[in-house]
Amino acid sequence: MIYEFLANLFGGDVIASFISGALPFAFIVPFALFAVWLERKVSAHMQDRLGPMRVGYHGWMQTIADILKLIQKEDITATDTDKKLFNIAPVLVFMGSYAAFAAIPFSSAYIGSGIDLGILYIVAVSGLVVAGILMAGWASNNKYSLYGAVRSAAQVISYEIPTVIVILTVVVVVGSLNLTKVTEFQTNRFWDWMIFGGSIAGIKKLILLPFMFIGFIIIYISSLAEVNRTPFDIPEAESELVAGYHTEYSGMKFAMFFLAEYANMFAVSAVVATLFFGGYHSPFGYLGNLIGLTWLVPIEQFFWFTVKGIFFVFVQMWLRWTLPRLRVDQLMTLCWKYLIPIAFVNFLIVALIMVL
Amino acid sequence: MKSSEEIFAILKEKFGDAVLQLNTKLPKEAVIDVAPLSVTDICWFLRDNEELQFDSLTLLSALDDANGEKVTLEDGTTEFKGGTLSVVYHLESMKLKHKLVLRIFTERENPEVETVSRVWACADWHEREAYDMIGIKFLNHPDLRRILMPYDWEAGYPLRKDYKNPEFYHGMKVPY
Amino acid sequence: MLKTEQMVLNMGPQHPSTHGVLRLELELEGEIIVNVKPHLGYLHRCFEKHCEAMTYPQIIPYVDRLDYLASMNNEMGYAVAVERLLDIKVPERVEYIRVIMSELQRIASHLVAVGTYGIDIGAFTPFLYCFRDRERILSLFEKTCGARLLYNYIWIGGLSHDLPLNFVNETKDFLKDFKKTIVEINDLLSYNKIFIERTANVGVLNLESAINYGITGPNLRASGLKWDIRRDDPYSIYDRFDFEIPVGKGLHGQVGDCWDRYFLRVQEMEQSIRIIEQALDQLPEGEITSALPKRVKPPEGQIYSRVENPKGELGFFIVSKGQLQPFRVKVRPPSFINLSVLGELCKGHLIADVVAILGSIDIVLGEVDR
Repeated sequence: MIYEFLANLFGGDVIASFISGALPFAFIVPFALFAVWLERKVSAHMQDRLGPMRVGYHGWMQTIADILKLIQKEDITATDTDKKLFNIAPVLVFMGSYAAFAAIPFSSAYIGSGIDLGILYIVAVSGLVVAGILMAGWASNNKYSLYGAVRSAAQVISYEIPTVIVILTVVVVVGSLNLTKVTEFQTNRFWDWMIFGGSIAGIKKLILLPFMFIGFIIIYISSLAEVNRTPFDIPEAESELVAGYHTEYSGMKFAMFFLAEYANMFAVSAVVATLFFGGYHSPFGYLGNLIGLTWLVPIEQFFWFTVKGIFFVFVQMWLRWTLPRLRVDQLMTLCWKYLIPIAFVNFLIVALIMVL
Repeated sequence: MKSSEEIFAILKEKFGDAVLQLNTKLPKEAVIDVAPLSVTDICWFLRDNEELQFDSLTLLSALDDANGEKVTLEDGTTEFKGGTLSVVYHLESMKLKHKLVLRIFTERENPEVETVSRVWACADWHEREAYDMIGIKFLNHPDLRRILMPYDWEAGYPLRKDYKNPEFYHGMKVPY
Repeated sequence: MLKTEQMVLNMGPQHPSTHGVLRLELELEGEIIVNVKPHLGYLHRCFEKHCEAMTYPQIIPYVDRLDYLASMNNEMGYAVAVERLLDIKVPERVEYIRVIMSELQRIASHLVAVGTYGIDIGAFTPFLYCFRDRERILSLFEKTCGARLLYNYIWIGGLSHDLPLNFVNETKDFLKDFKKTIVEINDLLSYNKIFIERTANVGVLNLESAINYGITGPNLRASGLKWDIRRDDPYSIYDRFDFEIPVGKGLHGQVGDCWDRYFLRVQEMEQSIRIIEQALDQLPEGEITSALPKRVKPPEGQIYSRVENPKGELGFFIVSKGQLQPFRVKVRPPSFINLSVLGELCKGHLIADVVAILGSIDIVLGEVDR
């Protein structure tokens, strides 16, 4: 809808495409700033501290000040780095996580690209991040960075398998890879959400419920691993590898990694929310429909989507500041010996239920 | 539990001349003096003997006795000629709960002592420190390098009483 | 055939989890440790050389800087050694205050050990809970002697200040709150499944090699030997208190693994609380400066005297030639000796385990390098 509106406004597809494509950016940057502030506040309050308090009310402008500082910082590139790769890497990492936003439906009025392979596209494109991380680790010419990068590649690729299997589970129920359709499948109230069995009638819904719940747990664990958050943050394990693949980066390039990390956090949370928690749908119905202002509905949908996304980001932070970190072999054990078999069995059972 | 006198008697019987004397005149601690080149054998015996079982080396310390002849050099600094350096071993049996102090004297000009690092693993670093600080050479030590000072420190052994700081180290001024 | 070779990774001197300026040279086969070579000396401050140029009381501030997380215990060790050399008997009240201070300091030191161990494993939050309570101990010290880290409080034959007003009540309040913190730490860290996975069966130190390496303190006790200088070679008035010596039992793995070493420190804090409570109840009134000697000039002789530091057995070997300055002071630094076992423990483990093992040994580089 927004795309059509822009196309009418500018009378051409090209400008409209550009503006429409830049819209997620206008969302990501403020979100990242907010998320960094939130992370600091969440961690502080969990640890009996106050966190940033000086810049603005309860320090809300702290991250803006930080970004201003990072922009002004000297851009250090060590002599022995592979300059080209070193400079491309942060862009590539950010691009990977930004591109994922193209297929995420923020509301019924806005989706970057309503392609039918939406969810498959997201999985594929976020694989690009690995290439960027490997590049960063290799080009830094630093052993710690290399270890971080190699660990990261192994981890992200391993954990994509359970993620994809769980996504398949949902796709089997819905019958489409298009995320808008997945969302529309969970339309009415919160009991139509996929985690409660979706909008399927009768006894099937009740049978599906526990398996959907298992699926949700698995995809949430593996999404944590895909964005390198504790307890799976071994690629940047502070106490072992200093900062992992971005050890050698500073200034704006470091900020790019940082931005990408938080964008990624929101992307996986959004995917989880879309697949299992009704996407942009409100759990209680819309105020706009109630008072007869239909233009209010997409805005409400955007609000609900953001709230759901931020809730899952908050849970990620909560886990990060509570749990210790796994070791690299334990991480692989968890993935290959537990998550993948369980996800497979879960997938088979759901498929059977749907066939019967 | 055995007293130092009893242990001295056992050692004297077993090793004869290598065990020099029992020194009880020093207040607070009775010390058994032994010969520097037979200390390893004595320590193996002390550790493995059923009656003694000194399973732990609490502390190995090296001293500059500063008992040689004091020579004043041209630039006004003093140096010792001759005399001894000594190494003191504090042993303890955690099973039988008795303690023992061994001491060896070695010549300042050529300080050579047998290592005990194979008897007690912790002696490895203790001996490296003694070498680093006092300059005692432990024969047959597996890895006798400096430990606290830089590996390429050439100005001698800092804990000797006549140690002098060098002017420069790698172009950096040392005295401040 | 693929050609593979070992990689050398320098961990430190600047590294978040080497607990100071320690450099470890790791020889690696992929992520697996083949060999560990520690390089020390980045913090070498010539403590022993300094001592030879100073009178006995002047050395006390330098003793503070050995294990700077447990300055009170260091002072206690040094004061006890010189008092034994001088044959001084200190007043009852001084003894009690010393014990209270040492045990508070032991709790503070173990809090740092436990908290930073959490960080090493990746859990950040317990660290700040530990530091919150350590802060209260430091405030108690600050009220007593004006300093928060390096006190110069325990003097030869006495103390620099008497206890401040209300110290007893404030300490009791603190202990009451602190018991809750221990429960919290146990819930959050000790029995956390991931934490146990990371630390159990890692870096197992068996009793035989522990004794052979001269390991002391919590690390030795975690390997299963009930050995505590406070009980086995009592100094001060420790024989009057009723406390237990916890030993490693291998609850989640083999005896002497990282989890045992970690958990032993938590248990020791509980025992320290018991000692402090008894000491506070028995604390006598009296003079604290009556035994301070006018001039510290021990007779010719030598002594090796030791105390139980939070890190292990801290010993002072003092040789006196009957002068105002000691002829030689040699420290037995527990961290230095405990660190020497690191290479043995790490072989065959992963990089992440080096951090876990190093943290569980609990060293302070100020004491390793002196």
